[in-house]
Amino acid sequence: MLLNALRQPHGLPKLSLEDWDLLLRVARRSRLLGRIAADLSQQNLLDQLPPSVVNHLQAAQQLVSHRQTVLSWELNRLRWALADLNPPLILLKGIAYHHAQLPPARGRNFVDVDLLVPPAWIAPVEQRLLERGWVQPKLSRYDDHYYRAWMHEIPPLRHRERDNEVDLHHNIVPLTTRQPPEAALLLSNSVAVADLSAEAPPLPVRILAPTDMVLHSLAHLWFDAQPDEGLRLRDLVDAADLMRYFGHEAEFWTQLPQRAVALHLERPLFYGLRYAQRLLYLSAPAATCRAVAKFAPSYPVLRVMDILVPLALMPEHPDFPRHRAALARWLLYIRAHWLRMPPLLTLRHLLYKSWARLVQQVKPKTPV
Amino acid sequence: MILANLTTADLTERLTSRAGLALGIGPFHLRLTSDVAAITPLLQQLYRHYPLTDQVIRDFHLHLSGSALHRRWLRPQVQLLVDGRAPFEPLPAAHHLPALEWGMNWCIALRCNHLLMLHAAVVARGEHAIVLPAWPGHGKSTLCAALIHSGWRLLSDEFGLVRPADGALLPLPRLIPIKNAAVTALQTFAPSAEFGPTFYATRKGDLAHLCPPGESIAQSDQIARPRWLIFPRWQAGAALNLQPVSPTQAFLRVATNAFNYETLGGSAFTLVTEMVRSCNCYSLTYSALPAAVAALETLT
Repeated sequence: MLLNALRQPHGLPKLSLEDWDLLLRVARRSRLLGRIAADLSQQNLLDQLPPSVVNHLQAAQQLVSHRQTVLSWELNRLRWALADLNPPLILLKGIAYHHAQLPPARGRNFVDVDLLVPPAWIAPVEQRLLERGWVQPKLSRYDDHYYRAWMHEIPPLRHRERDNEVDLHHNIVPLTTRQPPEAALLLSNSVAVADLSAEAPPLPVRILAPTDMVLHSLAHLWFDAQPDEGLRLRDLVDAADLMRYFGHEAEFWTQLPQRAVALHLERPLFYGLRYAQRLLYLSAPAATCRAVAKFAPSYPVLRVMDILVPLALMPEHPDFPRHRAALARWLLYIRAHWLRMPPLLTLRHLLYKSWARLVQQVKPKTPV
Repeated sequence: MILANLTTADLTERLTSRAGLALGIGPFHLRLTSDVAAITPLLQQLYRHYPLTDQVIRDFHLHLSGSALHRRWLRPQVQLLVDGRAPFEPLPAAHHLPALEWGMNWCIALRCNHLLMLHAAVVARGEHAIVLPAWPGHGKSTLCAALIHSGWRLLSDEFGLVRPADGALLPLPRLIPIKNAAVTALQTFAPSAEFGPTFYATRKGDLAHLCPPGESIAQSDQIARPRWLIFPRWQAGAALNLQPVSPTQAFLRVATNAFNYETLGGSAFTLVTEMVRSCNCYSLTYSALPAAVAALETLT
């Protein structure tokens, strides 16, 4: 039902009230309610829906547009703060889609500003932001080390007054991944985004090249699996939107598999394309499909993934959670962790985390 | 049909069945299921006036869940689930009703951005409403409770809902949580006030819930118009002081105290401006309820 809503929003006015009741719940859980609202209002279909549904959709749209305003302003502040330092500044994910007005931006809720700078620029940029009113939460030494030595971003920054999260990245996947992409490759291919407003801050911003942007959203999908949330359908929707949009240029489709090889993201592309075609009816040229098919895992692994992925990707009926979906989410979470970190490091990390949790529990708690 | 029409067996059956108990609470429709048996008598007492609804689209699907087996003896807990997910940490088992009330607050605050939500109590006579915006601890709920036992109709004690289309105030009569010390003051003021049991050491201190009047709930579909803006402030031992407030001041106090003023942007600005223009605005410092209520009677 959710997939149908995403694929064919024009069919939604025919949905029964019972189905709407459930769709509102699963779409909200998958962070896609705003998206469905945006599609419906774009096609002027809102007034054909039951009023109680319209209320929820309008509320979701209101929230999305507010977040977009707030985070665009945060970006504006960041650009002013960094202007004379003049680092290459690349926008990632939500803020990039919004700033460059790409299709996945519609109705997409984003909670933080994700930025990418060359690894050598991390220290000066962080230093400058700390001087200009952004603060970092107090982290334990272990957590700080976890971010800086192993992750692809530094601990999140927040402005003292505005409280929006800013994530400063130096790569798009954790450094502990077997073969992380070279940051320089991402930077050299990035493209400048023109500002629409004449009062834009002096520091120009860039976004990833079309192919890299797709690969990044897919890397995010597979590397960021969560035990409770599973795989984020929203990430797949983003990637499918981008492929559809950039795919109008034939060049994009020839470059995509080549770029996956260069960035060591062959497998994420394989799975991403496979499930975007199957679930979201994305169409891709045969030549691209043939090239990407070379990135496939062994047949038994693929069979297992074909069972697990849809289970972990699709939201469940909120009243009837299924054990096998929970198992699928958990297995894919383990897989994501496996991809992100060598096994021994994972073991060390999990041991440390359970120890920390145990200590937390034993400590006397203040009543809530 | 209202909840009071259900027999205990009926109510229990609904709460534990898939369909759940469906109630109309102001403009919202709630579906509640529960495996916490202790909540049933409280619903029968405090929720008895609410209408049962057959609306298919329910705005909030809540489930109140007791502890798993191994937890039943060791620190039993209660957890509120919204659409199958827990928005906050479990609470001690005895705090089932506060868990339900806070869960509903959470849903309203996060999901109802199609309305402007003021942090204000609202009471009305006929169409004319007093809006009482205040910070927590300023005695807004207590004053509101006193007013509804003095002939005013309850629209809300927490979420002042404003409809963007026309600035009308939508009734959302709910249980009113009253802190311990104020309970006695209210019982003296209005002996007919009906309270639920006291919940001790919740995150908002010791509190009891005041049952919303049946007539207010029965008139949940009748909107009201803002006529007076009163900024109450309870201060121990203070003499009664009712002072006019300038429209500019009133605007700032309403806007900075709303739940979603920023989220609504321009339309919130227009709504609050209109509200301030159509209201007489006063600040009210008080310590004794009878004097405060009398002052508002004279004013209105």
